Amino acid sequence: MWRYLVPVLIFGAIAAVLAGGLHLKPGCIPSPLIGKPAPVFTLVKVEDPTQQISNRDFIGHKYLINVWGTWCIACRQEHEALLQIAKQAVIPIIGIDTKDDMPSAQRWLSQLGNPYVATGFDPDGRTGIDYGVYGAPETFLVDEHGTVIYKYVGEITDTVWRDSFLPRINNTGNIKDREGTTCS
Amino acid sequence: MSVELGHFALILAFALAITQAFFGLAGAATRREHWMMAARSAVAGQLVFVLFSFGCLTAAFLRNDFSVLYVAENSNTELPTFYRIAAVWGAHEGSLLLWLSILVVWSAAVSVFNRAMNPAFISKVLGVLGLVSGGFALFIIATSNPFERLIPSVVQGRDLNPLLQDPALAAHPPMLYTGYVGLAVPFACAVAALIEGKLDATWARWTKPWAMVSWIFLTCGIALGSFWAYYELGWGGWWFWDPVENASFMPWLMSTALIHSLSVTEKRGLFKSWTALLAIFAFSLSLLGTFLVRSGVLVSVHAFASDPSRGLFILVFLLACIGGALTLFAWRAPALKSSAGFHVISRESFLLMNNVLLVGAATIVLLGTLSPLIIDFLGLGKISVGTPWFDRFFLFPMLPMLLLLAVGMHANWKQAQLAKMRKPLLMMSGIALAFALLITLVVYSHVSILNIVGETMGALIILSSLYEPFTRWRAKHHLPRAMWGMCLAHLGLGVFVLGVTTVRSYEIQKDLSLGSGKIVEVGGYDFNWTNTRQVRGPNYDATEAEVHILRDGREITVLHPQKRIYHTQTNPMTEAGIDSHLNRDLMVSMGDDLGNGMWSVRLQYRPLIRFIWLGALIMAIGGLIAVLDRRYRVKVPATELAANASTAAARS
Amino acid sequence: MFMSLIRILLLSFLLCRAAWAIDSAPAFDDPQLQARYENLTQQLRCPQCQNDSIADSNAPLAVDLRRELRDQIASGKSDAEVLKFLTDRYGAFILFKPPFEARTMFLWLGPGILLLGGLAIAVRIILQRAKLPIEPDSNQETESEHA
Repeated sequence: MWRYLVPVLIFGAIAAVLAGGLHLKPGCIPSPLIGKPAPVFTLVKVEDPTQQISNRDFIGHKYLINVWGTWCIACRQEHEALLQIAKQAVIPIIGIDTKDDMPSAQRWLSQLGNPYVATGFDPDGRTGIDYGVYGAPETFLVDEHGTVIYKYVGEITDTVWRDSFLPRINNTGNIKDREGTTCS
Repeated sequence: MSVELGHFALILAFALAITQAFFGLAGAATRREHWMMAARSAVAGQLVFVLFSFGCLTAAFLRNDFSVLYVAENSNTELPTFYRIAAVWGAHEGSLLLWLSILVVWSAAVSVFNRAMNPAFISKVLGVLGLVSGGFALFIIATSNPFERLIPSVVQGRDLNPLLQDPALAAHPPMLYTGYVGLAVPFACAVAALIEGKLDATWARWTKPWAMVSWIFLTCGIALGSFWAYYELGWGGWWFWDPVENASFMPWLMSTALIHSLSVTEKRGLFKSWTALLAIFAFSLSLLGTFLVRSGVLVSVHAFASDPSRGLFILVFLLACIGGALTLFAWRAPALKSSAGFHVISRESFLLMNNVLLVGAATIVLLGTLSPLIIDFLGLGKISVGTPWFDRFFLFPMLPMLLLLAVGMHANWKQAQLAKMRKPLLMMSGIALAFALLITLVVYSHVSILNIVGETMGALIILSSLYEPFTRWRAKHHLPRAMWGMCLAHLGLGVFVLGVTTVRSYEIQKDLSLGSGKIVEVGGYDFNWTNTRQVRGPNYDATEAEVHILRDGREITVLHPQKRIYHTQTNPMTEAGIDSHLNRDLMVSMGDDLGNGMWSVRLQYRPLIRFIWLGALIMAIGGLIAVLDRRYRVKVPATELAANASTAAARS
Repeated sequence: MFMSLIRILLLSFLLCRAAWAIDSAPAFDDPQLQARYENLTQQLRCPQCQNDSIADSNAPLAVDLRRELRDQIASGKSDAEVLKFLTDRYGAFILFKPPFEARTMFLWLGPGILLLGGLAIAVRIILQRAKLPIEPDSNQETESEHA
């Protein structure tokens, strides 16, 4: 009579998946870049359009890449936290201003403060696509060898910085989330 | 004040639902007649309080009471009255209240139309329905209270989502929910039968109309949703295999299987445990749909504002309802034995195949819908499953099913004499194939194997459905309504298949930029864009274009597509201009203003697309005629009733 | 606050579908390239408006990805190369038709196995029932043979 048990067993399995699903984020795309070399970009600097910024110059250092735009509401909310992080001088932050126009970006940085060592200007979003960006703000952590080790999608807050970024930057191994990509 | 009364009425309704569940189940178990009567009174009370509560919320919408959070978020003083009523179910909280109201109406119907069944059985059915409505009432009260106040109040509401401001979409949720929720009745019947350990032909005959009426509403609801997507979204798509669409489609497939299986149980007393299982599955899938829409576990456009606590609540409810019913099934179903046989070629065999294929189809849709979740759950990353996968795998069960249907319609119970059908069937197949070749080669002059197969199937099913009525009419035999209904519903399926095949194979879609005086040809029609002007609606402003459509230089019609900006929720909306004909739709949708009087525009030619909804409508009408068959209204002879009652009493 | 955030999110999804795309870029001169382009854009999921294909979405990212596809097809890349470019950046998530891999095996083989299994069970039941005696009807109605 075991076959009469089949439906309830199948239902049990589905219910387990559904219960697990409550804590998952269906729209969060894990970055295939984790563990791979960070795509190289050379872009015009927002701070000084006569100069260029390339992440090639940062090999040998850990650094952050923060993708933002003046059209992005969450980026504005994140900005204060980024300024605080920059003040701690733990790690350089490279900005990528994507799908934007130059005057708005320059106004943004001069009015709100500039947490970036330099900001690359990516008006057509090609660098964004190379990094698999789908919702600004997004932040990538790159290690000394130029390998992407972590991606955070969404607004960085103090808690996120303390729990997800600092342990990875300092190699304390005390990381709460083991995933290579986290979404807020 | 009436808002608080509405809330209070809801709490009373919850208490009554629990009363109904207790007295219904315990009354039947202990054979206390006054307890069973109490369950019926509780249904009546619950009906009054739930409808009162629903009325209070509607009143809050009608008088623009923005001190109610739900009203403030979904209405606006500019919103036309009709949509203010539709806005009651425009978002999560109110739509749940609609769900509950419909369930209570169904319960009341069960407590009234039940002369054919013994009171103890009805009492159990009402008890199970009480558990379901109690669960939903608690869900609303605990996690989704539509009567929550907004303090301080606001002067203006945020308006109903413009996408929902459409007559078809206003009617779509009540229709769909009536179908969804109606499946609770066969579910409760199955559970009651399992408790009694007795499931016979009388049970099947009584349960079938409930299942069929739900199925009719589901059919109409899904078709209406698809029709809405087609013209309101404005881009010509009519089915997207979106998780929420799948959530409505799976119960439909399952209830279709259920209706067919109920026929076998009614006529031959066979497939008893299978029928009970299908009744449980059908309602389980409709609850699962509720979970998927409201828990946020899947990405979907239709998803309501999701909240993990709501998801958790529904999950617990699912576990109790479905887990309980399936456990009961595992325990009691082995007792539901039947010893009757049938020939290899018989109506029973065909219906069993139909069931396997329909349940298979539903399982495939479920597999595709849940697989991103399963893979994520197992820590294997993220994948997407969309149209390309569904389109391919849905055909696996459907093609054999259509073929078996064309033949199986002519099979008799017990043993079919298909030999005498060989000649007519071969002839009809020949005609269908000739028709398909004619369509592909002559009308559209473009050939694909799948298209020929599809057109042949569609035509064959239509011919096959007409055969029996035709021969009986020629022989001047009487045709019972159930038979009429069946033939008509199958004919509807044939029409649907023709529509889907043709539109998939021969639709033409062109994206281009248009300006005044430019003429473009699509599918043999010339689209002449003359000018644009500004128009003003009750709560929106729009740019309206004028497009003249010509065939062979002669003007057929003028279309007026619009690009609307609603005042409150300022997102742009496209109102397509559609010229519909039975044989084709022409559609013009406006994209963006490109400057210099130029617009990006999508022009479409969709042959036979109306057949898709026409087919669904014919199916529903077929179901309606079948449900009006005399045998569902005939009173069961008193002796049989007494026999039922005594066996039931002996069992319990 | 939490709820309002979710509502914004929800609204943005609805917005996605409200603002469906009309491809304003000119079509390829070569109808074969155009067909490849249309087919590819329909098979790819827009990472931003996740319910829509890249063909249907009007999200800025979908517009950019369409441009990328167009450029790559025009420069002579094969469909496989274009798809690899995208999955290297967005993962298998971007494919509406999941790739054939170990983890997706059940999606590709499951339906067939399921149906064959179901049909096998049905055939077994039919053969068993065919051996049983056909009993008289459990109900005595004669008004219709069918239905």
